[in-house]
Amino acid sequence: MRHLLTPRAILLASALAIAPAAYADTPADTLVVAHTIDDIISLDPAQSFEFSGNDVNQNTYDRLVDFDPLDPDAGFKPSLAESWEVAEDGMSITLKMREGVTFHSGNPVRAEDAAWSLQRAVKLNLTPAFILTQFGFTPENVEEKITFDDTTLTLHMDQPYAPSFVLNCLTANIASIVDKETVLPHVDGEDLGNAWLSTNAAGSGAYTLAAWRANEAVQFTAYDDYWQGAPEMKRVIVRNVAESSAQRLLLEQGDIDVARNLSPTDVDSLRNVEGVTIQDEPRGRILYMGLNQNDEVLSNPAVIEAMKHLVDYEGIADSFLKGMFAPHQTFLPMGYLGVLEDQPWTYDVEKAKALIEEAGLAGSTVTTKVRDLREYTDVAQALQASMAEAGLTLNIEQMTGAQVLDAYRARSVPIFIGEWGPDYSDPNTNAATFAFNPDNSAEAAATGLLAWRNAYAVPDEMNEATQAATLEQDADTRAQMYIDIQKQYQAEAPIVPMFQRIEPTGLRENVQNWFSGRAVTSVMYRQVTKGE
Amino acid sequence: MGGTLLSLALTLLGLLLVTFIIGRVMPIDPVLKVVGDRASQAQYEAAYRAMGLDQPLYIQFWRYIGDVLTGDFGRSISTGQLVVNDIKRVFPATFELATLGTLIGVFVGVPLGVIAAARRGGIIDQIARVVALVGYSMPIFWLGLMGLLVFYGILGWVGGPGRQGIIYDGMVPVVTGLILVDSLIAGDWGAFKDAFSHIILPASLLGYYSLAYISRMTRSFMLEQLSSEYITTARVKGLSERAVIWRHAFRNIQIPLVTVIALSFGSLLEGSVLTEIIFSWPGLGQYITNALLSGDMNAVLGGTVVVGICFVLLNLFSDLLYRVLDPRSK
Repeated sequence: MRHLLTPRAILLASALAIAPAAYADTPADTLVVAHTIDDIISLDPAQSFEFSGNDVNQNTYDRLVDFDPLDPDAGFKPSLAESWEVAEDGMSITLKMREGVTFHSGNPVRAEDAAWSLQRAVKLNLTPAFILTQFGFTPENVEEKITFDDTTLTLHMDQPYAPSFVLNCLTANIASIVDKETVLPHVDGEDLGNAWLSTNAAGSGAYTLAAWRANEAVQFTAYDDYWQGAPEMKRVIVRNVAESSAQRLLLEQGDIDVARNLSPTDVDSLRNVEGVTIQDEPRGRILYMGLNQNDEVLSNPAVIEAMKHLVDYEGIADSFLKGMFAPHQTFLPMGYLGVLEDQPWTYDVEKAKALIEEAGLAGSTVTTKVRDLREYTDVAQALQASMAEAGLTLNIEQMTGAQVLDAYRARSVPIFIGEWGPDYSDPNTNAATFAFNPDNSAEAAATGLLAWRNAYAVPDEMNEATQAATLEQDADTRAQMYIDIQKQYQAEAPIVPMFQRIEPTGLRENVQNWFSGRAVTSVMYRQVTKGE
Repeated sequence: MGGTLLSLALTLLGLLLVTFIIGRVMPIDPVLKVVGDRASQAQYEAAYRAMGLDQPLYIQFWRYIGDVLTGDFGRSISTGQLVVNDIKRVFPATFELATLGTLIGVFVGVPLGVIAAARRGGIIDQIARVVALVGYSMPIFWLGLMGLLVFYGILGWVGGPGRQGIIYDGMVPVVTGLILVDSLIAGDWGAFKDAFSHIILPASLLGYYSLAYISRMTRSFMLEQLSSEYITTARVKGLSERAVIWRHAFRNIQIPLVTVIALSFGSLLEGSVLTEIIFSWPGLGQYITNALLSGDMNAVLGGTVVVGICFVLLNLFSDLLYRVLDPRSK
C-alpha cells in the first residue's frame, strides 16, 4: 500500500501547510456588508427598480433633492438643487442648481445634465418611468416640458401638482443625475446609454462603483471630492451571502461589519453576542391581506368586517413575525406624510363568528394562494386557524412568488397575503394603488393597481379625493386629506393592511450611523464611521 | 469518429429541445421579471413582443438554435449580463469545487472500498459502511452548517462563506477563473492560502458525498473480482495477498471505476445547489436555480447546455481512458 501513501501524504501536508489563519477584524477604512444582492438586473437609474440596484445607485449618484441619512424624519432636503421656487399658477417648479459640484469624471454638474437625466428617463420609459411621467411628461413632449438655462432647471407640468408630491418624486432613484458628457460616447443606437449604464456608473455620489459581479459582490470606492465631504469609509464591499446563518457566523467572526438579512432566530441569538449590536429600522413595506371582490363570500360586507377581526395582530407580531413586522393597519407606512396612526381593529373571533353567522355564510370555503415564504405561509396558517373557529374554511395553496404574482394580476387570487413596497417617498405612491381604481371592469386590465387586482370598485369620492390630494399646494391640508382617505379606507375597504416591515440589521459594535433607508429611501454609506 | 460527433450533436439538440419545452410550459412569466410587478399592460405587451414570445413555439425554438450555434445565448434577465459572460464567471467556481471534491472522493473512497472488500466483515469494512451510510443520508445543508459552525465559527481553522476573504476579494488577476490556480500564477501565496482555507470545507463536504458513493462501488466491484477463479489461482500460486489485491483484482476494476468517478464528477459539475448557497459559492448550481425560479430561460438553457457538454466530454474522456487501461483495445 506504499503507493497510496503518496496522495494521502500530499493531502496531509497541504492541510498542515495551511495553518489556522488569523481572522482579524475588517480593515478600519473598509465597510464590509453581507446582503442578498441577487435581484440586481441593471445599475442604470432609469431602469433599476429592485432594492439592491437602488441601494447601489443611492450611493453612486446624487439627486436634486435627497434625504439626510442622519435626519430622515426631516423629509427631503436640497441636494444638487440648492433651492426651488413654485410658479404662481403652480404649473411649474424651477430648481436652482448648486455650484461647484463635480461628477466622478471631474465634469461639473450642470442644469443641462439634470435636464438630460430626467428627459432620458422619460424617453427610455422603462419600469420606474411612471414616477416622472405622472406629471404629464411623455417621450414626445419632455424636451419642451423639462427645460434649463445656465443655473436653473424648470419642470412644466400638466396640472398644478402639490410641490411636496413633485419633490418627493425627485428623491426617487429614477431622478438620479447622470453625467451626460461621460455617457454620450457610450450611447448605442437609441438606447441613450442604457446598456453601458447597466454595468457602469456616471454619477456625482459619495462613492464610485469599483466593481460589480452579478450575484457575487459590489465594490465601492470613496469619491474624495464629494461635495458634502469625503466619506470616512474609503471602500465599501457588499457581498452576496444568501443564508442568514452564514451572515450571522461571518458577523460573529468579525469578517463582515454589517449583516442585512438575518432571520428572527439569528437576530435573537445575536442580541446576546458580545461585539455585535442589532439596529431595528422601520421600512416601507406593508404586509396586507387582499379580499377579492369577485369572490362570492369575500365580497359580503359582513365577511370583510369579520376578516379584520380574525387577524391576531399582536400575537403574530410577538411570535413568528417577531422583530420583522409591527402591527400597522393603514396603507401608508410610518414615516410618510399624512400617515394615520389609528389601529382600530382588534383580534376578536367571537365578533367575527357572529358576523359570519348573521350573514348566513358559516361553513363556506375560501382559498388563498400564497407565496412559499415562511412569513406569508405562517400568517396564512394563523388565519386558517382563526377562520376555522369563526366558521370559515381556508384552503392554502403555496406557490412561487412569480406564480402568485401571475395569478394576482389575473385577479384569480381569492385571498392575497403579501407585501407592497412604496415606489417613492410620497403618500400618493400607496394611495394611488390601494385607494384608486377608476375602472373596475375586467377589460380595464389595470394590473398595476392593487385595488383592481382585488376587483375592489373604489367609491367615486375616494377616487376623487386621492386625485385631489396630489394637487393640494398646502402640505398640512394635504396631510389631512390623506388621513381622511385612510379613515374611510379602514371603515370599508376589502384590502386589509396588517403589518409594517421592520428591518433588523446586525452590526459590529464599532459601526456607527448605519442607515438602511427607513421607509422612504435606500441604504447610504457616506455617514457611516467605524470607531475602535 | 463521425458517428460519435453525430450522436453528440443529436444529444445536445435533444437536450436543448427538452429544456426549451420545459421552459415554455413552466408556470412562470418571464415578461414580469423584465418589466416588474408595477408595469402597465402596454409596457407588458411591448416587452412580450420584444422577447419574441408572440411567435409560435417552433419559430422561437428555431431562432434559439440559430443563436446558440453562433455562440449567442442571449442576455440573462436576472443579471442583465450576457449569459456567456455569466457562465464564464460562475463555471470556474463550480469546476474548482467539484474537482477538489472529486479528488478527495477518489483518494479516500477508492482505498477505503478496496480495503473494505479485502477485509470483508472486518472493522474497516464496518467503518466504511457507516461512513457511506451517513454520507448518503445526512442532509447536506445540515452537515454544511455544522461544518461551518465548528471549523469556522468555533475552531477558526478554515475561512468562512465565500471563495475568498475580503482583503483578497478581486485582488488576484483573473486568468483561468480558478482562484487556486490564478493565485499561483500571480505568485500570491497569501491569496492561495486564503482561497484554500475557503474551499477546503465545501470541497471536503462534496468529497464526503462522492467518497460515500465511490467507496461502495469500489467495494462491490472488488468483491466480484475477489470471488473469481483467477484470484484463487493467483493465491494458489502463492502470490502475496497484497499482490493479489492490487496487481490483479484492482487492475480489473479500473475500467468500471473510471465510469463511476466520471459520473460522480459530472454530477458535482452541475453544481451542488445547497452547498453553493450555504457557502455563498457563486457557482453554476446557484446560477441555474436562481434563473429557473425567475423564469430566466436564456440563463437556464445556457447553463443546461454547458452541463450537457460537460457530460458528453466526460463520456468521451472515459472512453479514451478505457483504451489506455484495457490492454485488449490496444
